[in-house]
Amino acid sequence: MNRTMSLIGKSLAVLLIGLLVVPAAAWCKEPYKIGGLFSVTGPSSFLGDPEKKSLELAIDEINARGGIDGHLLEAVIYDTEGDPGKTNLNASKLMTKDNVIAIIGPSLTPTTLAIVPLAEKQPVPLISCAAGILITEPVKPWVFKTAQSDVLAVAAIYGHMQKKNIKKVGIITVESAYGESGRDQLTAQAPKFGIQVVQAETFGAKDTDMTAQLTKVRSAQPEAVICWGTNPGPAVIARNFQQMGFKIPLYQSHGVASPKFVELAGEAAENIVLPAGKILVTDQLPDSDPQKAVLKRYVEQFTGRFKQPVSPFGGYAYDAMMILAKALEGTEGKKDAVRKRIEEVRGLVGVTGTFNFSPQDHNGLGPDAFVMVQIQNGKFKVIDQ
Amino acid sequence: MQEFLQYVFSGVTNGSVYAIIALGFSMLFSMTGLINFAQGEFVMLGALGMISLWKGAGLPLPAAIVLSTIGVSAVGLLLERAAIRNVRKPHPIVLVIVTIGASIFLRGAGMIGWGKESYSSPAFSRQGAFEVAGATLLPQSLFILAAVLLIVFGLQFFHRRTLTGKAMLACAISKRAAWLQGIPSERLVLLAFALSAGMGAIGGILIAPISMSSYDMGMTLGLKGFCAAMLGGLGSSLGAVLGGLLLGLLEAFGVGFFSSSLKDAIAFVLLLGILYVRPGGILGAKVVKRF
Repeated sequence: MNRTMSLIGKSLAVLLIGLLVVPAAAWCKEPYKIGGLFSVTGPSSFLGDPEKKSLELAIDEINARGGIDGHLLEAVIYDTEGDPGKTNLNASKLMTKDNVIAIIGPSLTPTTLAIVPLAEKQPVPLISCAAGILITEPVKPWVFKTAQSDVLAVAAIYGHMQKKNIKKVGIITVESAYGESGRDQLTAQAPKFGIQVVQAETFGAKDTDMTAQLTKVRSAQPEAVICWGTNPGPAVIARNFQQMGFKIPLYQSHGVASPKFVELAGEAAENIVLPAGKILVTDQLPDSDPQKAVLKRYVEQFTGRFKQPVSPFGGYAYDAMMILAKALEGTEGKKDAVRKRIEEVRGLVGVTGTFNFSPQDHNGLGPDAFVMVQIQNGKFKVIDQ
Repeated sequence: MQEFLQYVFSGVTNGSVYAIIALGFSMLFSMTGLINFAQGEFVMLGALGMISLWKGAGLPLPAAIVLSTIGVSAVGLLLERAAIRNVRKPHPIVLVIVTIGASIFLRGAGMIGWGKESYSSPAFSRQGAFEVAGATLLPQSLFILAAVLLIVFGLQFFHRRTLTGKAMLACAISKRAAWLQGIPSERLVLLAFALSAGMGAIGGILIAPISMSSYDMGMTLGLKGFCAAMLGGLGSSLGAVLGGLLLGLLEAFGVGFFSSSLKDAIAFVLLLGILYVRPGGILGAKVVKRF
């Protein structure tokens, strides 16, 4: 009996001390609720999983600094499973039931487009982690995104070709939304760089052999070939390309910028040139690069906490939270003010790139968000732009 | 000319793989009257199993190939014993649904076992590509073609010259009559399952160095193999080979002379056309018995 009493007494004492020690600010100010929508499971979990983890990482980092104007942040995250219907449902739940200040995500272009009308109508600021150009063009007042657009990747590739004096290219793109978008950009931007697309072919994501398409590309006599897809198709193309004895350079898209591609393509990956986010080559960046410090800290924190390698995708959510945090300052959580402040974010150095938003630009990134890399001895090496 | 030859090589390579898968379909159909929609998943298991044993466990290549084929045959056996045989009312449509279920199950198991990532395998020989009149031919394509020929002649030999093979043919003609003659038809059905699963595995093993292997590769390949089997005539092993090669060549020429985005459509439209004119396929019976 006595022991029980003393135990209760002790716990009470601990509780009281706890009440006194916790900073007063955390008690009197309501936390800001931030909504998250990511495809954590399903076929695109490789996007959503690191994004969810990175959002949590960013929120803990901000809370450790004492939150924003004394308000702590609180994340409400739902899994979209990559399904537009589920995304829509969860988005309205976030807006009406959870009353979030802003939403970060979703991970995919189709799921983002599915909730854009909701965000506009409600309205609530939405910072998407998807790449599709349609999300921010034309500009919608309440919708932003942090992932680099294809526009920038194509510009980076063509810029590199211009320096190498390549005038005629053959392109081969995957039959998916990603490939279509790349194909559109490749054909649309070519004249601007004085480049002519002499042959455009496509391949199925699950095809086992692309020599027929490559034969057709070769007969048009291009000076370089650009392949646009995500694993594993581009690795098959890299192998076919090598086997068929092509003597011209092969370019790939940022969709294969990961060590996995090198593993799949093996020796055939050698000398392939592609645009990649800087996170892939953090160690090779010069110290003068403004992103280096941010990247290093993010990589250390992420790998330290989750014991898994970083991917460029997690950075989209991390950057979105940092942008939102900057915009939230001094707004007292008023959504209209937050929206306006995001448009005023300038020179914010993130994992993906340096963000300069404006009322006309809701992506905020420049071509410097990509570096051109070449695969040498199975490693990605930065080559001078 | 150089391009034409390249299309032929590409078509024959892909077509031979379709042919191996079609042979599995065809053999099981003639034996049991069943179309096994899990055939594509056997291809996936064969490819991933071989890669795991060869690159993962470090076994020598021949051992990895044999072990992987035996393993997948065992899965085929298990499928027959655990799922097909226990169906209370074995209507053909029920059995087809069971095999579709099995394919979904095996794909899921593959995803859990190997994850969602793709795997690649080095070529079987270090020999580089051959050059024939400016077109390139991979040694792996020759391996695949050789395997097709070996399987077709092996099957012919098995059916014509061995007692088990003859008993199998007898079962195929009339299961009941064979049973009355004292032929253990149930055991032969098991054997047919094991053989067709093994054939699927060999297809996967051969294709692994050319393409990338992942848990969901079976669906497309299974469908193409089925298409090839129908094209040539279900139940005929020569028909399966013919159908496979025809499909592969058509796809390659479709890409070359029309458009790469029409690739799959061309083959399937032709399949529909042939089935309309000749429902039994090119080498199949003129009159088909519906289930």
